[in-house]
Amino acid sequence: MSRRLFLISLILASFSATAAELPQYTLVIRSHTFQPAELKVPAGSKFKLLVENQDATPEEFESIEFNREKIVPANHAITVYVGPLPAGRYRFFGDFHQDTAQGVLVVE
Amino acid sequence: MLGIALLVFREVLEAALIITIVCAATRGVPGRGWFVSGGLALGVLGAVLVALFADRLADAFSGVGQEVFNAGVLLAAVGMIGWHVLWMSRHGRVMAREMQALGGAVGAGSRSLLMLLGVVALAVLREGSEVVLFLYGMVAGGAGGVTFGLALGVSGGVVVGFALYFGLLRIPLRHFFTATNVLLIMLAAGLAAAAARYLVQADLLPALHAQLWDSSWLLSDGSLPGQTLHILIGYDATPSGLMLMFYLAVVALLSVGMRLIDRPAKPPPSARPTIEAGV
Repeated sequence: MSRRLFLISLILASFSATAAELPQYTLVIRSHTFQPAELKVPAGSKFKLLVENQDATPEEFESIEFNREKIVPANHAITVYVGPLPAGRYRFFGDFHQDTAQGVLVVE
Repeated sequence: MLGIALLVFREVLEAALIITIVCAATRGVPGRGWFVSGGLALGVLGAVLVALFADRLADAFSGVGQEVFNAGVLLAAVGMIGWHVLWMSRHGRVMAREMQALGGAVGAGSRSLLMLLGVVALAVLREGSEVVLFLYGMVAGGAGGVTFGLALGVSGGVVVGFALYFGLLRIPLRHFFTATNVLLIMLAAGLAAAAARYLVQADLLPALHAQLWDSSWLLSDGSLPGQTLHILIGYDATPSGLMLMFYLAVVALLSVGMRLIDRPAKPPPSARPTIEAGV
């Protein structure tokens, strides 16, 4: 059992080692809106997206166009790995507050 | 209020379609109502627990706890569906014959039913936890009409589930379990692809090309038909290479497994003359 745990942590460690080299971009959720509402990222390379929820209610960060979905608990930050994506505009939204929580990933 | 109903409907729809396929696949099995209700109850309980521990789940495994959990739940459901499908390929034909002879009732293995109870529970748990978190946020944010929205959303999902069920019942009995098996295989394949998506999102496995194609101009994942097909056959407008690999692997494993189990027993190879033996 402890050997399995060791193997798992080794695997996770190796992944976090590669992840550390990826560029990171940040989105903040405040009053059920994204800041910035338009985020520019380079085309053709993978990156790490940090989504920080400063509201007191949970949100679900979701994009149909770049196929990501993750709960962001209240006053919490989460990361998702995205891409590499071809150039274009990709919408994302907060599933729990779709009236206001809308944004675009501008890949260029 | 309508926004609340719509979100609840979309989440309930996913679970409802899965439950419908399970109900169809266990048609004529005595006591299946109890199994499905048991799965529902367990799922709701699990959903509340998952929602309560959402913070801790998000922080687990250096921030990829949600993905690991979701992928685990999805792959467990794939395993359970797979078990049932392979079990059915051994017993399905007898079941259909008994149903025709006895007018509906057949004895099925309770272990296979237990697997499907698990599938129902996991489906409800996954979609339900999102509903619980969403409703919590709505109530905390002082939104009105939460109860009505919830009731409307749940009823909508249930109605679509029943419509699909009665549609499936129109399939002739001879082909019925073949049809439900095909549905179960595609459902399992779609769930496996969804698990692959979570593993890529958490950077635990490589995407093997982030976007193989983009068919959202034809059918978007966000549209109602797109979402329905997403559950039923695993449709995705922008799949990654890994998703397609997981999908095809499940389809291949289960259909080949079914063939192998279903095939009438052949004499062992040593009993037959071989060309090599003569040379």
